Amino acid sequence: MKAWLRKYSLLLPLVVWLLVFLVLPYCFIFIQSFFETDSFGKTIPGVSIDSYQRAFSNSLYIGTIFRTLIYAVLVAFLCILLSLPLAYWIAFKVKRNKTLLYTLISLPLWVSYIIRAYAWKIILGKEGLLNTFLQWAHITDKPVEYFLYSTFSTIVCLVYILTPFVAIPIYTAFEQIPKSLIEAAKDLGAGSFTTFRKIIFPLALPGIISGGTFALVLTMGDFLSPLLLGGPNTLFISNIVQNLFGTSNDRPLGSAVGILILLLIFLILGIAARSEKKLSSLKSDSR
Amino acid sequence: MSILIIKNADKFYGKNHVVKSLNLEVDDSEFLTILGPSGCGKTTTLRMIAGFETPDKGSIILKGEDITYLPPYKRHVNTVFQNYALFPNMNVSENIAFGLQQQKKDKATVDKKVTEMLAMVRMSNFAKRKPAELSGGQQQRVAIARAVANNPAILLLDEPLGALDLKLRKQMQFELKSLQQQLNYTFIYVTHDQEEALTMSDRIAVMNEGVIDQLGTPEEIYNSPSTEFVAGFIGDINKLSGKVTAQNELVCNGQNIIANTKNIPNGKEAKIFLRPENIFITQSNNGIPGKILQTVFAGTHTKLEIQLSDGNIVHINEPVNSERRYTHGDSIHLEVKQHTAIIFE
Amino acid sequence: MNTTSLKNFLVSFSGIAVLLFLYFPLVVIVLFSFNADTVNSFPIQHFSLKWYSVLFRDDELLQSIGTSISIALISTAVALLIGIPAAYAMHKYDFKGKKLIDKIVLMPITLPGIVTGVAMLSFFPFVGVKISLTAVTFGHITFLCAIVVTQMLARFKRLDPYLEQAAYDLGATPSATFFKVILPNIKTAIIGCVLLCLVLSMDEIPVTFFLIAGNNTLPLEIYAMMRRGITPEVNAISTLIFIFSTTAILLSMRLNKEK
Ligand SMILES: Nc1ncnc2c1ncn2[C@@H]1O[C@H](COP(=O)(O)OP(=O)(O)O)[C@@H](O)[C@H]1O
Ligand SMILES: [Mg+2]
Repeated sequence: MKAWLRKYSLLLPLVVWLLVFLVLPYCFIFIQSFFETDSFGKTIPGVSIDSYQRAFSNSLYIGTIFRTLIYAVLVAFLCILLSLPLAYWIAFKVKRNKTLLYTLISLPLWVSYIIRAYAWKIILGKEGLLNTFLQWAHITDKPVEYFLYSTFSTIVCLVYILTPFVAIPIYTAFEQIPKSLIEAAKDLGAGSFTTFRKIIFPLALPGIISGGTFALVLTMGDFLSPLLLGGPNTLFISNIVQNLFGTSNDRPLGSAVGILILLLIFLILGIAARSEKKLSSLKSDSR
Repeated sequence: MSILIIKNADKFYGKNHVVKSLNLEVDDSEFLTILGPSGCGKTTTLRMIAGFETPDKGSIILKGEDITYLPPYKRHVNTVFQNYALFPNMNVSENIAFGLQQQKKDKATVDKKVTEMLAMVRMSNFAKRKPAELSGGQQQRVAIARAVANNPAILLLDEPLGALDLKLRKQMQFELKSLQQQLNYTFIYVTHDQEEALTMSDRIAVMNEGVIDQLGTPEEIYNSPSTEFVAGFIGDINKLSGKVTAQNELVCNGQNIIANTKNIPNGKEAKIFLRPENIFITQSNNGIPGKILQTVFAGTHTKLEIQLSDGNIVHINEPVNSERRYTHGDSIHLEVKQHTAIIFE
Repeated sequence: MNTTSLKNFLVSFSGIAVLLFLYFPLVVIVLFSFNADTVNSFPIQHFSLKWYSVLFRDDELLQSIGTSISIALISTAVALLIGIPAAYAMHKYDFKGKKLIDKIVLMPITLPGIVTGVAMLSFFPFVGVKISLTAVTFGHITFLCAIVVTQMLARFKRLDPYLEQAAYDLGATPSATFFKVILPNIKTAIIGCVLLCLVLSMDEIPVTFFLIAGNNTLPLEIYAMMRRGITPEVNAISTLIFIFSTTAILLSMRLNKEK
């Protein structure tokens, strides 16, 4: 039938494009992770779990994965910590210009990553804003070196970049809480903090989890912040992958580590989706 | 002559059997209303006529031509949508011209028709306005003009007045009816408002759970409903119970009632449906005995709620200017107008 | 001050503080772009526009801007051509695998850029796309499809479904309906989408990083400048990018909100 033909001719270009330039590349690194390398570092097609064995036996790889995971949890936690008061303020305290403020928190999402990362170089550098300010104010008498090119600056930058990703779902969750519930809690004698702890926080938990998951997953896959702001010892797992595809040129191993990152991310997303679902179903039951 | 025939149409949404073996013949130039409660399948039926849905079984015949599988843009019927669906990017004139342009009519013809349509719905002064700049009633008029401009064989209207407030709705009912008479078009009108159906229609098809229960003039539907559903859905009605004692005779709370008992055998229990206007309070002592439960003042009349001796509740309307006043607890007797009760088994 | 208003104050204060944290770094860049000094130290001694004039004499930077603009224009155009019809089909029809397409199209956004980058780097040569600016363009098209499809799908969903039916009802064929009724009504959304795509393409790094050879794109040129040492010139170009992106994004948000 004609409608049938129309439907598929509209879809076909996208489907073909995604297949060739997205799905097959993803499949290919999965396959490539089973390839081998010869002594000159050349990739040889084959089926071997050598790369995975190397990834698991060398603490550089498996250790870095876990260290990155810990950093990611820390970043997610800090982002949530910053997002809660921001979202709470806009959702419950601000009366006018809410849309403007919402725009203000979502705007940085779209502003160039490199610029936002670069800003921290100016702020945290040895001769940067913070150090010169501290000296100017006579709080320190010489520059604090570890502000920049350290794990500290990397984490600060990631928290800065990812906070809007976390604040938006939390704000949305806050806004979706019926105002009547909050008024009912107050009516029954709960103070602001009790209302937050007993009503707002539990009801917004799916949003908080979803925001935190964003930060977690994005940190796991980030290689630019450590590259730009990290020190000699700052190593995130993505930098290892980047090196394996670059200077070290061990693509099978790089692919294997990449696949491990993906699996870990799928695991995190899966757990998050399940707990969000469980929490939202609880919520609708109690209504 | 029938302009449209729906033959044994079935429609399923998944397992949900929404329209059940529906048969309907629509006469040329009549105002036919499909009336039924929300969810009974009215919209689905209309959409099958318009071509937005295809029946799973059965056929739809327009002027002798089978159009069951014809796409909507090839059908000679037009729809007035409930939310009007005016194109927000076009002004009033452009909206009305749209259908004619699709038929590749030349500009002069289109312009002439648009002017004519604008005058017909009294919107000539608003030709250049965008839909967003019109009131609900005006948008409604444009939607009608746009559909009529195509000279459709049938105009389909799906609850077109649903979004308007009561006063405007009454006015538009009147306008629509006179428009239909003036144009001499066939209208198929969908509504769940029985009062609207009664006032506007030449014939009403009462629909219930995907089936047309009764098709007839408003009088037929009101006075001799063929099913309990129709009797209950149209107008106010009281439901009493009794027993058939002889051909066209029943006994109810010890009193005899004369009414058409159809072919219910003697001695059988029967349901007696009575319109409020056919029950009176009688001053004599040989009526159905009852007690006043409540009286409610309603302007031109007083609504009385009465409990009969068998426990059934009856509502009647007592003219305000009647000499007697009744209050809670009064014992009274009721008389039923002969041949007005509707009897079901 | 009683406790309630103290609490209110604390909540508002911390909320505003976080908001300031989000904008402070950007303000710093803008301020220091007018700093006459070569070091970004506190406090600023002299203001000057000299870094902006340096900028306009930096051939490599200017060339990278040209490269980025070309890539952004081409990939946005192709992504629209592929994405809009597909979004329309996904809105209009039900078919097997719709959910799957929905998931796949979003992968460049949901999955880490590093994996997408190395996957494309490894596979593109097999389909004859050498690591080059062409490869970068192809990579950009792929992730812009995610933007186009989601944005346009959202717009189609907000469109009154009866408009399309009304057009059919009045005798318009599917293509006439699309061009005369659908397209004029999603025009603003398309423009909004174009702006968003341009900004995202001009800023993209993770995929570009792996696929690039030859000339740099703008963000990679900035990256290179940063590695060479903090040049105040970066402040100036960053300020310009910030102004351009913000304007485009605000415009895009506004256009997307329009009915
Ligand atoms: N597109 C659809 N998909 C599934 N079910 C539908 C659809 N449209 C209508 N229905 C169902 O079919 C039944 C009849 O709907 P409809 O014809 O719209 O009723 P009416 O117009 O009389 O209120 C309802 O139960 C409704 O939920
Ligand atoms: Mg309906």
